[in-house]
Amino acid sequence: MSQVIPSDDKPRVGSVERPEYRQKQTFAQLLRNDLGFLPVLLTLLIIAIYFTITTEGLFLQPRNISDLLQQIVNIGIDGLGVTFVLLLGEIDLSVAAVGTFGAVVTSVLAVRMHVDPYAAIGLGLLAGALAGFINGFIVAVLRVPSFIVTLAASIFYSGFLLNLLAGQSTLKVNDVDPLVALAGTPYSFLPDWLAFGLPTLLLVIYAAMEIYGWVQRRRLELRTKPLWVLVTQIAAAVIIVEGIVFVMESTPSPVKGLYLGIPNGVAIFFGLIYVFWAISTRTRFGRHIYAVGGNAEAARRAGINVTTLRIAAFTLCSTLAVLGGLLATSRSLGVASQINPTLQLNAIAAAVIGGVSLFGGRGSFWAVALGALVIGSLENGLSLRSQGTDIKQMVEGAVLVIAVIVDALVRRMQARQGR
Amino acid sequence: MSVEKTAAPQDAVPLLQLRGICKSFGAVRALDHVDFEVYAGEVVGLVGDNGAGKSTLIKTISGVGPADEGEVFVEGQPVTLNSPQTATQLGIETVYQDLALCDNLDVVSNLFLGRESTRFGFLSDIEMERRSLQVLRTLDVKLPSIRSVVSTLSGGQRQSIAVAKTILRNAKVVLLDEPTAALGVAQTRQVLNLIKRLKAQGLGVVVISHNLADVFEVVDRIIVLRLGRRVGTFDVKNASQERVIAAITGAEFGEILHTNGNETGGK
Repeated sequence: MSQVIPSDDKPRVGSVERPEYRQKQTFAQLLRNDLGFLPVLLTLLIIAIYFTITTEGLFLQPRNISDLLQQIVNIGIDGLGVTFVLLLGEIDLSVAAVGTFGAVVTSVLAVRMHVDPYAAIGLGLLAGALAGFINGFIVAVLRVPSFIVTLAASIFYSGFLLNLLAGQSTLKVNDVDPLVALAGTPYSFLPDWLAFGLPTLLLVIYAAMEIYGWVQRRRLELRTKPLWVLVTQIAAAVIIVEGIVFVMESTPSPVKGLYLGIPNGVAIFFGLIYVFWAISTRTRFGRHIYAVGGNAEAARRAGINVTTLRIAAFTLCSTLAVLGGLLATSRSLGVASQINPTLQLNAIAAAVIGGVSLFGGRGSFWAVALGALVIGSLENGLSLRSQGTDIKQMVEGAVLVIAVIVDALVRRMQARQGR
Repeated sequence: MSVEKTAAPQDAVPLLQLRGICKSFGAVRALDHVDFEVYAGEVVGLVGDNGAGKSTLIKTISGVGPADEGEVFVEGQPVTLNSPQTATQLGIETVYQDLALCDNLDVVSNLFLGRESTRFGFLSDIEMERRSLQVLRTLDVKLPSIRSVVSTLSGGQRQSIAVAKTILRNAKVVLLDEPTAALGVAQTRQVLNLIKRLKAQGLGVVVISHNLADVFEVVDRIIVLRLGRRVGTFDVKNASQERVIAAITGAEFGEILHTNGNETGGK
């Protein structure tokens, strides 16, 4: 019955799309559609201004920004993994434990058993993937709530890593060269040609895709955004990205004669965001993840394999957690038996503050960068002001609660507006 | 009465035909030798009281709950309907009351959910948008924007999206479960127009509804189920609502009740 759809003539947009049907958007509605990132950006701005004033400019100095960016890498990468799981409407409470566990596996193999460091890194990541696969299998196939599965996993891997460390409280990795070179030396920065080249390449791809899409839409007489919006969008991306790269590249390092540039870990973090953003918005896999988060039953009826998607998301999440753990290990030149107590919730908070919904189906990977920056800025700024853990945790807790409240309110507003 | 005179030509082969369908749940006989048929370009109303077997019959047709006994023919060819996938392959699509839409996705994403077109592994959104516009135009659906998130649309628009989805899957027979149940007056009108459009496209449409006024407006034939049996078939042109109600409830009403059950129903 394909003759039902006339394929020859061009669709006239006007016969279907009636802009006059569009309800006048209130500011609140705009906030959760096109301008969804605005509240986070404003929060970040306020935090930056506050700390810049109270630390007499120390906060915004390029050296501190460089530190700040390195501080958020672990939270951010874990947050990216958690985002995959959150988008499906599930949760993973085991990222901190699994991440540290994977780092311990790598460290024990490389330091104690003298396994080839690259193989050790690979095996650590594999251990994480396996842990995630098991989580996902229990959640997706055996239908146990992810909350309890990953909580149990968290306890299990905390114990497992103690067992692997065999009583040692800190395992130093100074002599494992490739691991330390990742983020633990004054030289752990991208070479200049890459530091400028990679972001530029990504920008070119982005701009080319946008322009190609715009021209195509225009040719097919689909609704297109005004040219100035397209130009502004691309220009803004270029200015922001190249500006940050330029500032970072021209910052002197504490080591004489060196410039800081783009830390490897930060490059990995933003590279991952770009890749996941492309996957989530431009591939079937990504589209299906959002669909399952929105309405799992509808997705299943549409022939989407919900079980496989869930397992994939948990596997990806835990693998990323190990990557984050490895970068943290590299930066601190060792792995401790004590898991960073705030890492787990900060990873989830980074995603949620950035606007990823706890209820599934809503949020962007770029938002995780903003969320992680908010948390990182609070921690960094409070440290600069010599505040203790007490104040830091109180502030971070308060910010997280506010983010979750906003998420719940937005969801209610959507439910009210639906039908 | 009235079964011989239907809107569809009698010599035509039904698009979808079921014969002698039986289905039991334990001791309860939900469907008892029920016949059912729908022709191309015809709208059939399937009515009956609660527990009459409407849902069971729909589940049989959509492949969700295969029958215990009976034969199924699609365009005259015998087929087996044992899963929703086979039903889809045979061109039978069901729009359930819950519509099965993802509220967080936009119209195009919903229309192509599970069968997105891709190029080099990436979604070709522009191509999907173009085809969506074509389908929505043939169905005369009006939306604020084809990129609107579905949760922002009205009930009638959502129903239209769910139906358009079946067209994109090349449906031959579309089953609509209570399509107007939750809708206001204007939106009900939209959906009824949509059903007329489907008919005009040459599809077979089955509408399950409690609202006889709506049924009488759009359907060509009404099939009445009661206690798992087909107790009446009416041509809307010469049937009254009272008679249909009598058949639904089993009340004595003139001569109609004993005339045609399953023996004469299948044609």
